[in-house]
Order: sequence, then structure tokens, then C-alpha cells
Amino acid sequence: MHVTRRQFFKVCGAGLSGSSIALMGFSPTAALAEVRTFKLARATETRNMCPYCSVSCGVLIYTMGDKSKNAKADIIHIEGDPDNPVNRGTLCPKGAGLLDMVKSANRLKYPEVREPGSSEWKRISWDDAVTRIATHMKKDRDANFIEKNTDGVTVNRWNTTGFLASSAAGNEIGYLTHKILRSLGNVAFDTQARI
Amino acid sequence: MALQSLDIARRSATTTPAPSIRETTAVAKLIDVSTCIGCKACQAACMEWNDIRDEVGTCTGVYDNPIDLTAKSWTVMRYAEVEEQGKLEWLIRKDGCMHCADPGCLKACPSPGAIIQYSNGIVDFHQENCIGCGYCIPACPFNVPRISKADNKAYKCSLCSDRVAVGQAPACVKACPTGALQFGSKEQMKDYADKRIGDLKSRGFEQAGLYDPQGVGGTHVMYVLQHADRPELYSKLPNNPSISPLVALWKGFAKPLASLTMAAVALGSLFHFVSKGPNEVSQELEDEIAKEDAK
Repeated sequence: MHVTRRQFFKVCGAGLSGSSIALMGFSPTAALAEVRTFKLARATETRNMCPYCSVSCGVLIYTMGDKSKNAKADIIHIEGDPDNPVNRGTLCPKGAGLLDMVKSANRLKYPEVREPGSSEWKRISWDDAVTRIATHMKKDRDANFIEKNTDGVTVNRWNTTGFLASSAAGNEIGYLTHKILRSLGNVAFDTQARI
Repeated sequence: MALQSLDIARRSATTTPAPSIRETTAVAKLIDVSTCIGCKACQAACMEWNDIRDEVGTCTGVYDNPIDLTAKSWTVMRYAEVEEQGKLEWLIRKDGCMHCADPGCLKACPSPGAIIQYSNGIVDFHQENCIGCGYCIPACPFNVPRISKADNKAYKCSLCSDRVAVGQAPACVKACPTGALQFGSKEQMKDYADKRIGDLKSRGFEQAGLYDPQGVGGTHVMYVLQHADRPELYSKLPNNPSISPLVALWKGFAKPLASLTMAAVALGSLFHFVSKGPNEVSQELEDEIAKEDAK
């Protein structure tokens, strides 16, 4: 077998560059096998309640970042709250998929109003929404409030407006809801917990 | 982060021994078919945790949706309606990787480090090493791995190895609202299964039992079945699963033979070259070819 001087240098050069590339970390076989990194390691954990049904399961909401000034929080994962006595960490399929509801393009994020006769939903501010509701309530109450029944007994009823309270409300909010609505004379109110 | 590379029991297409002196707790997931209501919270939790969203399926007339495992659906509920002693039974089985102690996929995998078995029993696919050959699919006795059309790599349930590595239960188990899914050490799960089987037997399911098939060395995902004598009732759960003999033939017998043949061919070529020299074409022959070409 005849090897020329040029061939000898070629082989040596190729060998040297090949081993150098491997040494520099371009080895073709990556050696380590790692599990996927635990994505919640330093995420911010926030307790909340599932908004879907009346069971009101406790959830843990995990957001990116540590709430520092420049890090914008974004929800990355939601799972059951093991300390909540209602569900003790478990969730139903809807609750287990809450993240997609939070991120849904169809989710309602602010008050909207559809004026009578219009087919368009218009965004309004929270202040406007509360004022608008209060105005409607007052107008309806002023028109339909029943102070005394036919026998002249004081009843203070307001039968023409109903109120639906949240199922996720706690004891104190339930108490306040009750007091406010009863003081207005409202009879027909309920919570979503009955649905 | 836990350095799981030190807790490897087996690695595909690797002959060097794995670090093996540490003894980690063997984990297991127990699926109690008798308390499953088929709500699919496990399916939703699995997709949410693993950041995969399968295409929205279509109704095929049954509750199974998606109808089969996919690269993006690592677990699916299979609903079987069977009649037993004149009564309808709705047997709902959560299908997915069984995490065999003797995994056929790992044995068949030709790519080093694409399939890893951790010492806690989890069999995990490492897609960065996957070459997309698909050998794991026929080698799996439960027909679980799926190749993704997006990246041509194989995917399946990882038993949430990332959660288990930090001491958490898999996402499906945590979500399960009826407690049909349980997670713990394999010993604990067997004890819990015994209690459930006792309860089922007291309710008239004489053949209730644990599905931990020994044909694949036992599994780290086990079922409590009402009819353990007939697992095929549960959407064709194999009765006595084992790795295809072809895999054993290929990896056990044929592989060293093929390597030997290749080495013999290389060595033979070398000897031929040394003894006979390079194949040189005579000047006359070349002239003749040149003439032919010129025509």
C-alpha cells in the first residue's frame, strides 16, 4: 500500500480536527438523560377557586416569575389545592383544563353592554357598569316597590328584579349579599350553588 | 433539580452498565377500574401538565374521545359495554403506558438513550435522542407509543417523571376526583389493591384481582379489575402480554450475528486488499472504453 506525503497529512489533519470537534463538545452522542425540568420550581403559587360549578373546588394557580417589578406574571399551570377541604387537590375535567379557559380568546375580561335594539356588544368601564346597574335597579325599584299589601300590612317587597350570587362566594360575602338585597326588599335571589 | 441521570436502570442501545448502587423506591400507579366514572379529568390534567393539546376530535358515537392514543394524547379512556350474567356492565379503562419492568420498547430501540428506564420503574422517552424509526411501536405489548407527524419522534406517557422526580404524584392521579387513580410505592399500591379486591369480592365479583402481568416482569401501572380472569373484556387488555419473540430474536440472537458478519466482511476486504492489491484497470481496457464512448 502506497501512501503519499500529501495523503499522510490529509489523514492526520482530518483525525486532529475530528477529535478536536469532539473535545469541544460537538460529540455526536449526548450522554446524559434528564427528566423534563419541573416547571413550577420557582413559580408563584396563588390560591383561588374554580369558577365553573357550585362545588367551588380550591385551585392553585402558578404564574411565571416572582412578582418582581419587571417580571410580568403569566399563568402557566393550574392544579387542585390539596389543602382545600372541598376537593383535597382533585379536579374534574373542566377544572383540570382551567388554564385553557384563562387563556381562551372567547373569555369575557371586562364589562360589556348591548343597548336595546342594538346587536353589538360595547365595552364599558367597571365604573360605568356599576353605575348603570344601580340606575336600572333604582328605576325599577322606584316603579314597582310594594310598601303595603292590599290589607294595609307593611311588606316592603321588590318583586320585579332578581339577583344571582356567585357560588364561589365565602360566608362573609354571602352574609353581605343577603343583608344588602333584603334591605332593598329583594325577594328573588339565589346563588349559582343551586344550579 | 434532581440529577436523574444517576438513577437510570436501563438505557436503550447501550451496553455499558448503568449506575446501580443506589436503591430508589419503586413507584406505581394503580388504576381502580371499579371506582372510575370515566370523567376524563386524567386526560385533561395530562394534556395541561405536559403542555400538549390534541386536535379537537369528532363524536364517533361512543364516549371514547380521542378514539385512540396519539402523540398528543398520552392517555385515553376506553369505554366497554359488556353483558355479564344478564346485566350490563360499563367497564371504563384508562389506557396508556404501563411502564413495564421489562419494557419491549426499550429493548427494541436502536437509538442510544432514546428510551430510559429509571431505577424507580418509570420508562421515559427522550425525544432528543429519538430517530423516529418506530420500532418501539410493534415491540410494545400494549400498543402504546405513537410517532408524531410534526417531528417524527415517538411519544407516550412519562408517568410525569418530572413531577415524580421532585416527589409529586403524576398529574392524572392528582386530578382524579373519585380516587380511582392512586400513586405511591409499588408495595403500597399492592396493599391498597388488596383492600379494593377484598371489597369487590364481598360485593359478588369473585374474580376480582390485580393486573400486574408477569410476562413483562410486572408493570408500574397496575389495574384493579372486577374480572381479572378475563382482562380482554376491558377493551382488549392483553391477557398474558409478553414482548414479541421477534424482538428477542433480533436483539438477542441476530444482533451479535449481524455484527460478526459485518466485522468479517470488513476484515475479509482488508485481507483481500492486502493479498490481491487494488483492482487496477489495464491500459488496453481503458482505451477500448474510450473508443466506445467516442462513438
